[in-house]
Amino acid sequence: MYPEYMNESLEKVAKSRNKRFDLEKSGKPVFPPMNAEEREQVLNKFHPDYKIEARRKIHIGPNKGEKLTTEVADMLESHSRIKPELFDLIQPDYETDILIIGGGGAGCAAAIIAMENGAKSIISTKLRLGDSNSMMSQGGMQAAVTAQDSPTTHYLDAIGGGHFDNKPELVRALTEDGPDIVKWLEYLGVVWDKNQDGSLQVLHGGGTSRKRMHSCRDYTGAIIMRTLMDVVRNNPDKITPLEFMPAVELILDNKGRCAGGILYNLETEEYFTVKAKATIITTGGYGRLHIRGYDTTNHYGATGDGLVIAYRAGAKLLYMDSVQYHPTGSVFPEQIAGFLITEKIRGAGGQPLNKHGELFVFPREPRDVESSAFIRECLERNNGVETPSGRLGVWLDSPLIEMLQGEGYINKNFPAMHRQFIRYGIDITKEPMLVYPSLHYQNGGIEIDEKCETNIPGLYVAGEASGGVHGRNRLMGNSVLDYNVFGRRAGKYASQYVKSAKLGPLTLAHISDYENELKSAKIKTDRIAPVLLPSYTPEDVRKRQLTAHYQGTLR
Amino acid sequence: MATKKPAKKKPVKVTKAKSTKKAPKKEMVTVFIMGKAHKVPAEATIMGAIEYSGYQIIRGAGCREGFCGACATVYRLPDDYKIYTGLACTTLVEDGMWLSQLPAIPAQRPVYDINKIEANVATFQKLYPEVFRCVACNTCTKACPQDLEVMDYIQAAIRGDIEKVMDLSFDCLSCGMCAIRCPAEIVQYNVGLLARRLYGKYLAKESKQLKKRIKEVKEHKYDKEYQEFIKMKKEGLKKKYYERDIE
Repeated sequence: MYPEYMNESLEKVAKSRNKRFDLEKSGKPVFPPMNAEEREQVLNKFHPDYKIEARRKIHIGPNKGEKLTTEVADMLESHSRIKPELFDLIQPDYETDILIIGGGGAGCAAAIIAMENGAKSIISTKLRLGDSNSMMSQGGMQAAVTAQDSPTTHYLDAIGGGHFDNKPELVRALTEDGPDIVKWLEYLGVVWDKNQDGSLQVLHGGGTSRKRMHSCRDYTGAIIMRTLMDVVRNNPDKITPLEFMPAVELILDNKGRCAGGILYNLETEEYFTVKAKATIITTGGYGRLHIRGYDTTNHYGATGDGLVIAYRAGAKLLYMDSVQYHPTGSVFPEQIAGFLITEKIRGAGGQPLNKHGELFVFPREPRDVESSAFIRECLERNNGVETPSGRLGVWLDSPLIEMLQGEGYINKNFPAMHRQFIRYGIDITKEPMLVYPSLHYQNGGIEIDEKCETNIPGLYVAGEASGGVHGRNRLMGNSVLDYNVFGRRAGKYASQYVKSAKLGPLTLAHISDYENELKSAKIKTDRIAPVLLPSYTPEDVRKRQLTAHYQGTLR
Repeated sequence: MATKKPAKKKPVKVTKAKSTKKAPKKEMVTVFIMGKAHKVPAEATIMGAIEYSGYQIIRGAGCREGFCGACATVYRLPDDYKIYTGLACTTLVEDGMWLSQLPAIPAQRPVYDINKIEANVATFQKLYPEVFRCVACNTCTKACPQDLEVMDYIQAAIRGDIEKVMDLSFDCLSCGMCAIRCPAEIVQYNVGLLARRLYGKYLAKESKQLKKRIKEVKEHKYDKEYQEFIKMKKEGLKKKYYERDIE
């Protein structure tokens, strides 16, 4: 239930609803979309990335001298968890064709395609198989299927949304493979939202010029992820998932080729070596680093582990100065602050409104522009609604959806959202939600080409961990597509590579070299990465955690 | 939940997710985490309470937003004989709550090839014969933190009504609460998953337009335009982008 003091604002929202309904029905944009200059202006002034302290120079490694997101630079300038000299690399604990690091959507897709091409794989995953951001995507997946759409139109939308910084060959791969991904997933058993005649239901997303968002109610990611996991589990002799066993370093061979990784058993605190002819990083993003203090929509394990282990091995990063804040993170009630409210809400006609119940932005600008406009409305124009805990937000008018699409539409198409709020006495069919941007996506990552290859032979990357596909801003529905397109490609090209790959003696020399680089750059820090898990232990508890010496597994 | 507007309101100037103003003093409750008493904020979720008490969760947290089912929790309340189930990430604590997370659910799961089975009741008979032991006690439905009609979809599976199983189990998170409470030892969530895959693959009507589009891509229909776009300088591309029509 909303606190009483919000009633006045809520009444204004209800009062303007009929007028806004007519506006939506007129077929014209309900608010004028911004042109190039207006977009640039609002981004420069209000996007969190554009603050001076948001970025800093990195002093070591392949991107030395470049300005990166401050928290990322901090994470990269850190010590390894291991001492290389303690590891026996001559007799590895596991041997396989492909080591896949990360058990989300991209990892599972890669394993399935690698298997079809005759390669065996191990999936190392920090939490359970499928515990990933892939599981959480609600709104849908873009793919240019309808007659009035085309893959090239999708290309134009994606590259414009990314501020024309996207790598063209990656955007082509993304958009051209799209329709086939819809078919492939259905072949595996994904239940798409369809019309009576079998045609696919599609909606708009932010920055799309055609309706091309395919969905599975608002459990799109959960349905796709569980299907992919089920395929993995049906092939235990070809794919071996190792749960609660994150990779903490890569292993190279004497020629600088990637040769596997070091895994860490979170429960027994043992380390294991994996020798693999090729390695695919599919570790996803970094929302749990809470960049600039923001809440996040991301899952518990999203700590950017793949970035740091690849960076230490010499992989180049791309666009790691760019962070995506999802416009509609929840801000009330406090218990669900930062939680994702799907963009599909706006795709179905939901409108963002200020405290006066007025429209102030076109509802479906690209995410960075939309987010910046929300921040401007709250901070500069003082038109936000303040919550009891002091957060600011704007309304997202969901009841309008029921008027536009018919009664019952929300219950049928947004069961997750409805559930999320009704627990707290807010019925989103009758009342709007209160939203503010929430840390959502790692736009950049490890640089890849259209075969998912990196500058390290034998190292492939797919999904959110990679950089270049989305330029400096991803559009809605392109990440679900991304992890499928590039997960499959990584599986395909890595399995081709392993057919002829021969490894020399294994080494962890790059770990010692990196440590030396830290020393020569005079970086003094007690930071250790990968981060693995965020800590939410309160300060007063931490003050009492005074163990002076660690022995065995007793912390 | 607080329902009063905070008295003082200062204008916020910096771009920050949270305002810096002091939070009002929190009301606290006592919960018993695996039997040990802890004082936690009254408005906390179970997951928030566990972390507030100083535990670093390894198993028992996943998406933290109600999509992954990693945080299944059982609890009891004072002066109440009932056993309750919930997701730690979305269930609020109550005073006197005695709780324990279930870090993993043991569940049988046959290996199968989706290409070699059929969308009919025989598939359930073969892969999940225990489904037919259902005594319709409705315990699974009562245990479901998503409020799904679990028993109804198990009954639909017995009838071979795959569409119904798909529809009723669609929002399932595989948290395993149904399976752990079922007196017939059925693993409901795996039955639901099988039914959804059978429906998506065999029963959902095909999209003709999708087939057509895939054929067009294979026949290189878009190659020329792609090449044009890829060669185009940023300015030209920008112009095309801002001039494009919107459906």
